[in-house]
Amino acid sequence: MYVAVKGGEAAILATHDLVAEARRGDEAVPEISVAQIREQQALACARVMNEGSLCDPDLAALALKQAQGDVIEAAFLVRAYRTTLPRFGSSEPVDTARMAIRRRVSATYKDLPGGQVLGPTYDYTHRLFDFALMEGDRPEQPAKPLPASDGLDQTMPRVPDILGAEGLMEAEEPPEGDPRPFDLTREPVSFPAARDVRLQAMARGDEGFLLGLGYSVQRGFGGNHPFVGEIRVGEVSVAFVPEELGFAVDLGDITLTECQMVNQFTGSKEVAPQFTRGYGLAFGHAERKAMSMSLVDRALKCRDFGEAATYPAQQDEFVLYHADNVEAAGFVEHLKLPHYVDFQGELELIRRIRREREARRAADDDAVPEAAE
Amino acid sequence: MAVLARASRSEIEAVLGADLPAHDLLKAPETGTVMVEGRAGGAGRRFNLGEATVTRCVVRLADGAMGFAYALGRDGRKARLAAILDARLQQEAETGPLRQHVSALAARQAAARDLASRKAAATKVDFFTLVRGA
Repeated sequence: MYVAVKGGEAAILATHDLVAEARRGDEAVPEISVAQIREQQALACARVMNEGSLCDPDLAALALKQAQGDVIEAAFLVRAYRTTLPRFGSSEPVDTARMAIRRRVSATYKDLPGGQVLGPTYDYTHRLFDFALMEGDRPEQPAKPLPASDGLDQTMPRVPDILGAEGLMEAEEPPEGDPRPFDLTREPVSFPAARDVRLQAMARGDEGFLLGLGYSVQRGFGGNHPFVGEIRVGEVSVAFVPEELGFAVDLGDITLTECQMVNQFTGSKEVAPQFTRGYGLAFGHAERKAMSMSLVDRALKCRDFGEAATYPAQQDEFVLYHADNVEAAGFVEHLKLPHYVDFQGELELIRRIRREREARRAADDDAVPEAAE
Repeated sequence: MAVLARASRSEIEAVLGADLPAHDLLKAPETGTVMVEGRAGGAGRRFNLGEATVTRCVVRLADGAMGFAYALGRDGRKARLAAILDARLQQEAETGPLRQHVSALAARQAAARDLASRKAAATKVDFFTLVRGA
């Protein structure tokens, strides 16, 4: 039972002031700007955009500033703001084959058309502190990457499509009629959930939760043996058909990370053994998120391949109901709100149980000596 | 429209100049969202990836020319200027000065894309295989 309580307004106003002061920190240190966060903390902004489910690097940076760097609180701010905006419609599906690539690697092929492009990555760094980044200790000129004389190929085939051309990869085709996708922000989810629902839920799901589930699949809580077919990061144009124009206009570019996970075989009497796929797609440069999503995507396809859904990562209801960190944080953190009346009820109950127990024991004690005589 | 969507507000301001032509706002600058769709596996079933902020504006100049702006982000002023420029571009001949300005913007955007691609190309891996016993 929840009973509204009043009072505490003055305390709440005072805490708003106090949290503003805490957010600002030591005033002797210059205040950080939203543009600095957007430009210099871009990976954190990407996470807020994904979990806030709104691609807008400025808003993600503002959210991080306002939330003192608390990513889930920042995602909550973005989600709340999103509900105030009208939706003009849906884009044309983005075409990641036409991505302007900044990074593209494959663990399955050494030599592939377009090549392996490391791009900006921490993968080959030593994870030693760079103390030169400490303020006041910076080198005069930051490192300037030297461009190559020629750019990358204009289009690079997606790696699973190379396997697909040989018939070795599970086909990935739109269903009959290429239907509009389900939108879980507009309609309630039911189970079993279709792939479009699962992918949307994971795209806005918590990176840590999906990482843990993806890890569990690799460790044996799920039967997949995956290879990274391809990870690609870069800019993709977004096309939209406004009602009043009736033709597609190009809205500009967004940064996306795509992961294609190649998994072991399945086949049947009709279909020869084929590799199976897991797919991940995320706003911004968000490789860990896209990889985790692709692992769990494959695990959730177990029903399609007649595999038993034995482990958590294979159970759509478990994954989809617990992946959303704004919902999860809301339900976990509501526990700290006043539950005074509930708790009074519990107190009343436990005291009564104890009184009754005492009374019973007293009655038994009275009875025991007689029995002994 | 694709070039203007990628241009900054100040770049569009520079093309239009300080004196804006008289115009009616048929659709005042408005920020909303567009749901960005992806495809499973890149080519399969459509799904909703998440929304993106978009700002739009529709104007009509005194001579009746209509201009539209749709671009990612929340810059209402940029949308209004881009819509005015879009309308003026429709009045102008192929070789007009505004078209040349916009071509220059397009060339600058292409150069930025090319530079990014060449920087990425510098991180392309050249594999060589170690030969045993050589």
